[in-house]
Amino acid sequence: MKIVVTVKQVPDPNSTLALESDNTISREKEAVLDPGDECGVEEGLQLKEAHGGEVVLVSMGPERAKDAIRKGLSMGADRGILITDPQLAGADALLTARVLAAAIKAESPDLVICGTESYDGSTGMVPPMLAELLGVPQLTVAKKVEIDGTTVRVHRQTADGYQVVEASTPVLITVTAGIAEPRYASLKGIMAARSKEIKQVGLGDLGVEKGEPVESIEGVADAETRKSGKVIQDDGTAIDQIMQVLVEARVV
Amino acid sequence: MARIWVFAEMNQGKLAPTSLELMTKARELGEVEAIALGAGAKTAAEILGRHGAKVVHFNEDAAFDDFIAEPAADALASLHDKGAPDLILFGFTTDSREVAGRLAARLGTGLISNAGDVVAKDGGFVAKVPYFGGARVASMKANSKPAIVLVRPKSFEPSETGASAEVKPLQVTVADASRRARITERVVEASEKVKLEEAKVVISGGRGLGGPQNFPLLEALAGALGGAVGASRAVVDAGWVPYSMQVGQTGKSVRPGVYIAVGISGAMQHTVGMKASKIIIAINKDAEAPIMKMADLGVVGDALKIVPALTAAVKAKKG
Repeated sequence: MKIVVTVKQVPDPNSTLALESDNTISREKEAVLDPGDECGVEEGLQLKEAHGGEVVLVSMGPERAKDAIRKGLSMGADRGILITDPQLAGADALLTARVLAAAIKAESPDLVICGTESYDGSTGMVPPMLAELLGVPQLTVAKKVEIDGTTVRVHRQTADGYQVVEASTPVLITVTAGIAEPRYASLKGIMAARSKEIKQVGLGDLGVEKGEPVESIEGVADAETRKSGKVIQDDGTAIDQIMQVLVEARVV
Repeated sequence: MARIWVFAEMNQGKLAPTSLELMTKARELGEVEAIALGAGAKTAAEILGRHGAKVVHFNEDAAFDDFIAEPAADALASLHDKGAPDLILFGFTTDSREVAGRLAARLGTGLISNAGDVVAKDGGFVAKVPYFGGARVASMKANSKPAIVLVRPKSFEPSETGASAEVKPLQVTVADASRRARITERVVEASEKVKLEEAKVVISGGRGLGGPQNFPLLEALAGALGGAVGASRAVVDAGWVPYSMQVGQTGKSVRPGVYIAVGISGAMQHTVGMKASKIIIAINKDAEAPIMKMADLGVVGDALKIVPALTAAVKAKKG
């Protein structure tokens, strides 16, 4: 079974976002493999261990996104593909899906695994677009994946439980962070990852033309902020003060 | 007048609440046609008419309920081929975003997601989207026709206009090629006493609670206040509590009278789902946590001590 896992490098979700004076995001912050994608890599590795095959990581990003791929390779993935091109800076979801689709098609995988949504954008739009462009069905928001021959069956998380959804390979699945606890890379894994292949490709190699951006940012304004209220130390009067708010709001 | 489509998401025979919220905005922007697919779509069509749809296209083929995304994307694409609208509105929900994603990729059109508002401008549309951790709002202009915008639940209040729609059967045959991702079983796990989206008081927990073993403290407070318990994405991802409790961008959006955030730092992922609450109380060890800047009352202290004391005080007050 050939498994492609899409991975993205994101600003470390455990640090606070910082803005530069020109409204761009501060790049000083450490970039990491998206924690949701880490779970995708883990699930890919577990499926490979159970069913055999190969796990290929595909990412779009600047050159330093190699670090995110390298992290997945040190967990045990076999090789990586980095789509990098100056023209892709600020790519929207559709362009991202188009270049990922071009790179993934060339691999003809049985299974494509994506995180449900990235930690930085959290819009979850790339996976369904990618499924459409690859011409495969999508099994989404999976908290469990089973493979039985060419049938892939997932437990798809819903607001009040889950649905059992199945399709035949090739198929794209999106996984939740709850699906598998990502393994720590062993020292051996980290050493082995150094010699694993990361192929670098650009728009020209993929035969994708950038085209006109389908959306553009017209302006950025401060978000409507709530008036800051009172911040108090719990010095023994906190309960009384909370109660007063609850009484005023007529909930007690 | 602009032609606006609303994808009226159906959920097992019933209109999803976001569908009627979208109608409120859509009829401000132009002449509205709604598309309802699956069981119950014809009944839904009448409701959509009362909320301002001029025309409702409906089709009750079971394929729309049984298969993920593809049949609905086919139906929208075929209707689009008969005449493209200027704007298609979807709710920013799991099911709708999957349909919207496939449709946008097929049409090669742009798509703006997670919008809190949409306005008409210079013959096109501009969506307001949270940006950079929610500290800013970006105005995103859709450069393609149709523009596709996904709007976060609870962004608008549903309201009736008293009008009625022309209800039209939508002629579409769902191809076998689109009957691929089949839903074979639906399992209900959660049995919420008070629905999170409807609760007057919501108490949510985050990493600062220390572990799943401390969630019962929130349950006790919720019980005393007649409220519901929510959670941040971080603790849902960590497996402490089920996804049904997640409040935030990719969880539920709530706007209760009182929202109590316990041990939650206040990342945008969370705050976009609760910042419309009337009153916010935050309990956190860290005085610098972003949630403290948006709370009406921020209490810096140990949640594990404060929450049980508060529960006792509420019970004492209620007698």
